[in-house]
Amino acid sequence: MTQAQISTDSEDRGFLGGSGEDSGILSWIFSTDHKRIGMLYLYSVLTMFCVGALLGLLIRLELIAPGRTIVNAQTYNALFTVHGVVMIFLFIIPGIPGVFGNLFLPIHIGANDVAFPRLNLLSWWLYILGGMLALTSLFSGGGPPDTGWTFYVPFSTQTATNVSMAALGVFVLGFSSILTGLNFITTIHRLRARGITWGKLTLFCWSLYATAWVQVLATPILGITVTLIVLERLFGIGLFDPTKGGDPIMYQHLFWIYSHPAVYIMVLPAMGIVSDIIPVFARKHIFGYWAIAFSSLAIALFGSLVWAHHMFVSGMSDIAVFVFSLLTFLVAIPSAIKVFNWVATLYKGSIALEPPMLFSLAFIFLFSLGGISGLVLGSAATNVHVHDTHFVVGHFHYVMFGGTGFAFFAALHYWFPKFTGRLCDKKPATIAWGLLFVGFNVLYFSMKIVGLRGMPRRYFDYLPEFHLMNLIATVGSWILAAGLVLMFFNLIRSAFRGEKAGANPWGAKTLEWTLPSPLPHVNFEKEPVIDKGPYDYEQ
Amino acid sequence: MITNSSHEHSGKDPFGARLGMWLFLFTEVILFGGLFVLYAAYLSRYPGEFAQAAHRLDMIMGGSNTIVLLTSSLFVALAVSALQRSEKTAATLFLLGTVISAMVFLGIKYLEWSAKIGHGIYPDSAILNEMARGEIIFFGLYFVTTGLHGLHVLIGMFIILVMLVRVRIGTVDADNFTQLEVSGLYWHLVDLIWIFIFPLYYLLL
Amino acid sequence: MDGETRHIISYRTLVIIWLALLVLTAITIGVSRIHLGPLNIWAALGIASIKSALVIFFFMHLKHEPLFLKVFLLIALLTLAIFIGLNFFDVLYR
Repeated sequence: MTQAQISTDSEDRGFLGGSGEDSGILSWIFSTDHKRIGMLYLYSVLTMFCVGALLGLLIRLELIAPGRTIVNAQTYNALFTVHGVVMIFLFIIPGIPGVFGNLFLPIHIGANDVAFPRLNLLSWWLYILGGMLALTSLFSGGGPPDTGWTFYVPFSTQTATNVSMAALGVFVLGFSSILTGLNFITTIHRLRARGITWGKLTLFCWSLYATAWVQVLATPILGITVTLIVLERLFGIGLFDPTKGGDPIMYQHLFWIYSHPAVYIMVLPAMGIVSDIIPVFARKHIFGYWAIAFSSLAIALFGSLVWAHHMFVSGMSDIAVFVFSLLTFLVAIPSAIKVFNWVATLYKGSIALEPPMLFSLAFIFLFSLGGISGLVLGSAATNVHVHDTHFVVGHFHYVMFGGTGFAFFAALHYWFPKFTGRLCDKKPATIAWGLLFVGFNVLYFSMKIVGLRGMPRRYFDYLPEFHLMNLIATVGSWILAAGLVLMFFNLIRSAFRGEKAGANPWGAKTLEWTLPSPLPHVNFEKEPVIDKGPYDYEQ
Repeated sequence: MITNSSHEHSGKDPFGARLGMWLFLFTEVILFGGLFVLYAAYLSRYPGEFAQAAHRLDMIMGGSNTIVLLTSSLFVALAVSALQRSEKTAATLFLLGTVISAMVFLGIKYLEWSAKIGHGIYPDSAILNEMARGEIIFFGLYFVTTGLHGLHVLIGMFIILVMLVRVRIGTVDADNFTQLEVSGLYWHLVDLIWIFIFPLYYLLL
Repeated sequence: MDGETRHIISYRTLVIIWLALLVLTAITIGVSRIHLGPLNIWAALGIASIKSALVIFFFMHLKHEPLFLKVFLLIALLTLAIFIGLNFFDVLYR
């Protein structure tokens, strides 16, 4: 499987550039090369992940015991708010499309770049601007927002903390996301090489396509919603204020009309990565290609119909509760279809437990656990008991972190040769994976237990009966953190000192593996000739 | 950057540019759509009070602005056809017509708003807060929606102005007019949104 | 589909569409003066939709664009309709 090369001083660093005019920071931050933009996203997204992870660890440290441990209640509220804002808007939503979509979408379709390269660069600059605005809110105005990342009224319109700055940051980040989606849709429609029919697209591309539609059609609602928060704070308009005829539940509707589809923006690309990785390490054609492709579109569609399942106890009508609960069960179906197809692909495959595969298998397990707990939440009757408890927190960390997070790590290890030119050291990667998997389950399964027992979320303190589970969870967070540290340390060290990689160390069949490692400046000097599908493995 | 389009060798893709702009317009429709979600919900809650509030708006000004924007759209569409025929002078004049229409629209909007504000009707004003709840909501939505729309008119006006200059100096011409087309698409969106704002806010009688 | 072989819409067609738009504007003002109860809002939206269709198909050239772009527009509009429509399961039945 490995194709090591002797390293020389005059090796070609491809798109990464050596010395000369294609190096230096300016050649990077003004580059319209999709591969460089992908790397810019990689560095910024991982930095924000570390910030978010640190905040998460602080939250867990506070919750290790009842009563005040390291921070007061106000600070605790700010901690979980900023943790959410950073993780959601600066890591998970932009992460896979911004990094791996940018790096590999054009290559998967045999193109030399996206449809609008300059717009692509603008997307990254907006990401940076949005991130800076969000972080500035920590240190300016009334201090970091304390509303939760959901900014519910009336608190968000009345709190003295710097909600407006954070909301502005979110607006800018939403715009960045919209432009990426728009770019990817146009790219897939217009720039496919001859021979790349819709039936020959990788499932990663299909997932990016479905995601892009959600980005385009759902994100603007976020835009108007945060705008209304800022306008409310500035002008007291009253659209959600009952004393002026407004309805706070309308805010929740608007917020979740975006934020529920947003979770599909988060998870669809992750599923696409898993769909691409499993065939490689099972040495088998993906089972049910069209089922997976169409299920991506189905998830995007149905996922836009279920938003009010976040609002079962808000005071909305019983009919709405019934309707949205029913629709929520529908959206589980296409996700289940994917899980069946992945498992069917593994069946009688020739499994290689390389790190990308380990993370992908973990994805299937963790996402399924998260999805099942989602059904408990989607059923209105049970929702009443677990709404706003740690059960919810456990659920969404299973799907977003165990799901998208682990898929992101899978992608890092899978495509590592392509953007570094080297192989990642397998043993520390495997140990890190083990630590991550164990730590993750200890941390988040405990939350599900303690949530079912009634521990509320977003509370700085808790009853003594919840202490043991919280202690266990916090220890789990340390194991998880150890795994993260080891994983990143390994990735960074391998990037500088890993064994040199050939073009196709995994023996995969998609187009990026026909190019050198690291990827070249120009993807395809001549339009590639496509005669086989991306998962054409002999049995 | 060489783009590898399976359709063209030059790297230019006018349809791709139009597709991109249409996708952007969809996002604008949804952006304003959020305000229409609120309008629909609150209209069903306060039908009488919405109509009461609508009576306070000046239908002449609203109607005039409707005609102004429809005409501005005509001008932009004419400009595209003119440029396709290499009728540079006509194209320039039509674009000028659009810009002037935009200014007229903004002028009328300014008059409308200042009249309301002069009468003490603006968000969180003492007078507005004394009115029926449905009226407060109506005016809240009115100011936000027409304000956001006015901002888009302003942006669109500048975009058309840039196009006007480029047509004049020749960088946008019959062989290279995609920019003008997509700018025109953006302008038409501004018109489309007003086509819905007008009856919903001015004609609720 | 590229920009090189494009339809040019005649000035005459554009002006006729514009006149139709003005007429429809007059109609919508007229209809608003007749008391149709809840039907008023639907009439207003209906006429606005016709006006929009004229602007979209002729001024914005959608008539001459490929079918899939028209389908995309429909999807975007349906999405907004769904947002408003599903919301009404709450708003109408409180």
